[in-house]
Amino acid sequence: MSQLLFYILSGIAIFCSLMMVYQRNPMYSVLNLLVTFFALAGLYLMLDAQFLAVVHIIVYAGAIMVLFIYVIMFLNMSVPLSTVNTKTIKVLAAATGLLFLFVLLASLIKSDLMMKPSDTPLIGDAKTLGKVLFNEYLIPFELTSALFLSAMVGVVIFNKKDFND
Amino acid sequence: MSQTTNVFQYLSIQHFVILSFILFSIGVMGVLTRRNLIAVFLSIELMLNSVNILAVAFSKYHNDPGAQNFVFFIMIVAAAEVAVGLAMLVMIYKNTKSLDINTLNNLKW
Repeated sequence: MSQLLFYILSGIAIFCSLMMVYQRNPMYSVLNLLVTFFALAGLYLMLDAQFLAVVHIIVYAGAIMVLFIYVIMFLNMSVPLSTVNTKTIKVLAAATGLLFLFVLLASLIKSDLMMKPSDTPLIGDAKTLGKVLFNEYLIPFELTSALFLSAMVGVVIFNKKDFND
Repeated sequence: MSQTTNVFQYLSIQHFVILSFILFSIGVMGVLTRRNLIAVFLSIELMLNSVNILAVAFSKYHNDPGAQNFVFFIMIVAAAEVAVGLAMLVMIYKNTKSLDINTLNNLKW
């Protein structure tokens, strides 16, 4: 049952990400990636990472994808670009991706992952993660607020009227 | 709560590693294939997510919640990156009236 669920979710994720790559309309690409993110959230739940699954849905589906869709509508880009995307480029890109996958899989065969999984199950809920986050990773957590502030200031300055020469 | 079954009783860690490899390769393929800047950004998001699922799988495997905190940080950085990146994308569109990356060849000469 657990195995079947894994294969269904990963099949959905792989199929929809392939559709995302080979879809010409950017709006359909965004929607396909959204389905991929929901499948990945299901995989997080299988791995007992409830908090990350919820945060994943909120951040990616709720914020990032909405930002993408907003920009696509803002630029009126739903018509596909007429590009010079030749057959050669597609074939070469697919070959590069497959070669990259081959290299990664070869390194997996060579590597030694066979150590035993730990017996005590880790439940990734907010309590467990919060204890680690606010003890060991307190300073990085505070630094991310500076990162967000600088990102926000940067976005505002980028889109000021007199910024572009 | 004690009835939670460990997923690694049914699946090996290799399942998750291979899934993450496949998703990352699809992201690489997307960056190389697509000529649309928005699609390139989407492929980068896919690559970040494939790394996230690898980190969560190993965190469960080794019973270490630190890796899940790193996934949390990766999500934060991805959100900031998308905000800045899309602002730059809008600026590029204002200047060149196009989002085709083949038009962005001013550094070629």
